[in-house]
Amino acid sequence: MKEPAKEPLNLIIGGVGGQGNVLMSLLVGRALVARGYVASVGDTYGVSQRGGPVASHIRISKDRSYGPLIPRGHADIIVTLEPVEALRLLAELGNPGTMIIANSRPVYPPDVSSGKATYPELKDLFGALGEYSAKSTLVHATEAALELGDPIYTNIIMLGALLGADVVPLDREAMVEVLADRFKGPALERNKVALDKGFDLVQQP
Amino acid sequence: MEGIDVDAPGTTQLLMGNEAIARGALEAGLGFTAQYPGTPSSEILSALAAVAKKMNFHAEWSVNEIVAVEAAAGASFAGIPALSAMKQNGVNVASDFLVNLGMTGSGSGGLVLVTGDDPSAISSSNEEDSRWICKWMDMPLLEPSTAQEAKDMTRWAFEVSRIVENACFVRETTRLAHTRGKVVLGDLPKERKTAYFPDVWNMCNPTKSQFTSGPFGILHHKLHERLKKIVPVFEDSEFNEYVGPEKPELLVITSGVCSLYCMEAVTLLGAEDRIGVFKLGTTWPLPEKLLRTQLERTQTILFAEEIDAFTEGNVMELAASLWADLKPITFLGKRSGHIPSWGAVSTDMMATTMAGILNVEYSSAGRTAAYDEGLSTAAKMVPPRAINLCPGCPHRGTYWSIKNALTIDGRHGLVAGDIGCYSLGFIGAGFFQERTMHCMGAGIGVANGLGNLREFGFDQPVLALAGDSTFYHACIPAMVNGVYNRSNFIFVIVDNSATAMTGFQPHPGVGRAATGEPAPIVDMEALCRALGARVEVCDPFDIERTTSMLLSLMADEGGGARVLIMRRICELVRARRDKSRPYTMRVNPDLCAGDACGCNRLCIRLFGCPGLIWDQETGRAQIDEAICTGCGLCADICPQKAIEREAA
Repeated sequence: MKEPAKEPLNLIIGGVGGQGNVLMSLLVGRALVARGYVASVGDTYGVSQRGGPVASHIRISKDRSYGPLIPRGHADIIVTLEPVEALRLLAELGNPGTMIIANSRPVYPPDVSSGKATYPELKDLFGALGEYSAKSTLVHATEAALELGDPIYTNIIMLGALLGADVVPLDREAMVEVLADRFKGPALERNKVALDKGFDLVQQP
Repeated sequence: MEGIDVDAPGTTQLLMGNEAIARGALEAGLGFTAQYPGTPSSEILSALAAVAKKMNFHAEWSVNEIVAVEAAAGASFAGIPALSAMKQNGVNVASDFLVNLGMTGSGSGGLVLVTGDDPSAISSSNEEDSRWICKWMDMPLLEPSTAQEAKDMTRWAFEVSRIVENACFVRETTRLAHTRGKVVLGDLPKERKTAYFPDVWNMCNPTKSQFTSGPFGILHHKLHERLKKIVPVFEDSEFNEYVGPEKPELLVITSGVCSLYCMEAVTLLGAEDRIGVFKLGTTWPLPEKLLRTQLERTQTILFAEEIDAFTEGNVMELAASLWADLKPITFLGKRSGHIPSWGAVSTDMMATTMAGILNVEYSSAGRTAAYDEGLSTAAKMVPPRAINLCPGCPHRGTYWSIKNALTIDGRHGLVAGDIGCYSLGFIGAGFFQERTMHCMGAGIGVANGLGNLREFGFDQPVLALAGDSTFYHACIPAMVNGVYNRSNFIFVIVDNSATAMTGFQPHPGVGRAATGEPAPIVDMEALCRALGARVEVCDPFDIERTTSMLLSLMADEGGGARVLIMRRICELVRARRDKSRPYTMRVNPDLCAGDACGCNRLCIRLFGCPGLIWDQETGRAQIDEAICTGCGLCADICPQKAIEREAA
């Protein structure tokens, strides 16, 4: 585990309502506070229970409380459970130095199904993510979760990918401690497998 | 160890602002809490109710905010520390009691009221600054800026309440309520209070044994005097803090989360030697001596606060009273147009505004004009994600039947709507059927008026629509009024057995208390029948029967106030309970005619369930297995009968 690269370190965890990004950010926040950091986790969402864009703003500092939301252009790391959401967040909060880690599986909005809007070609989307960030990594997390037997593990796999990328001041042990507070028995073991899966996926070229 | 009840003073936790408020109340020896759910403040009672049984205090979801505040005040009269939290609209609902409470004073237990204001109305029907009630009714007001302050101020607020013998308000805004931050825990009290309503008449201090709002002449005067007692305490409060040079070029006076935005904006501009930030935590009454020292620092002052120019106006009033002693000051803020008078404040807004005042450059980190332009062009490929009712939502079925029935009836009938998930009836998700929306209970109130316009040739069918929790909260008096005054309307109660919009809190119709224990059921059907109304019950997923029932109710000319209960459990609650789908759905590709059908993708474009998607390759509708909840409703709306359901 290394020191945060800057002060504050600004991390976004985004996705579509219901995908589990709120739990992901809660776990990251708890692990950071357990390691002595001043962290805040601000969730942004619309009025919909399901299906709208959701993002958690995580601000990591050694000693200072920052506002709940990351200012425009100041996101250092963007992690998303859905690929087009990474571009939505990059446009609002990113800069040329931002690092992106995105799940590759799209969730199509209703307007795309009805023909009112189109979902971009994946190669165009991934091209834009690469062009306007310092580094963009795609993780086939949903596929990996399905291999583990349930798409519900997608968020924990992406959490593993975030740790594997070695960009936040947290190691596997810190995350396993907070997972153990939340899950018990076989559920904990399955989540640990998912965490390790993500860790490996992001380190593969 | 995680949880708001952890008895480990000095240890840290990551707590949501709302949880921190709950913890602060526990540290103050909370004995009674009552609340009606409302975003952003709902999690305060959820967190407290979860530990109420174990810690042996009373926590309830009340039927509405005025009852909740009255109940909490009652507990305070008997010496029990009490708290009631609400969203901004709840303050309006409770206001009539509060203006009387000011006269009588609260009890020796202390009474803390939390208001959760929702800047930008992220999850509200309106945007409103509820702080005015404190100035209006001489109630002290505290505004925390972090989760830590939310805990510490709530704990302190009980003491403040006991000093002024009135309710003390703690105001949070959405970003504080729903942001998790680091909190260092304090100690939990060990001693237990006994509840007793004082019965000894004492002429010297009658409010100790009587809480009656008269004689008003004396009591109104005493109310003003009681508030003054807190001013010296506020003058010395550690929650008021100045950071910056002794004589800054620009002084920012701010409160709540805005103070964090201001501090960060100063850092982003690198203007620590030019801008000072005064964070006011005790916003009403003003600590006037302390503010005077701030006013003497500089001749340019900017105010930053969320929603209205509350502190801005109060400080300017104070400055007017000190004008002879002060140098001229230019006040900037909402009045001058430097900060908008609506919507949430942000760090960007503060940095841009401060940069403009100091005449310096502010640009977002490393974003050149070329980068901005290229990225915003690329971002045009990002499709919108419109808000919608959930897959399997019973309200979709109800609105579908209403739309059909009103169209068949042909007299331009309309729906007077209410507050809940079904408020999405005003957009495409509910087929634009909701035509009025105001506060809770307003739909049936408005219907009372529309339903009594026969003399003016009005013959449009009037439907009022509200949810089950809203029914108990605010609709019963209007229903009684409709029966009594022979108003002509159909009251559609969409009963999904939950306060779904705010997180599935129980209410008097569901048989469960806030603590999870069994509770008596108040039967809405029997209640409406007892009022003498015709009451029908339908299943929202039975479109045919619901449509014909609505037509029959509309044909019942002179039927007065009629009730149609649309009963089906919220799909999110059902899915959690059953962990299974009733049906497996499929689109039969041989029957779906695609764009050649002529239905214009009715199932997707009009019906709009997120579980239905368009397969671009085959040009046919398709079920999204990951999203479909298997409710089966869409099988009844396809003109080709191409959507098939099979028992799962």
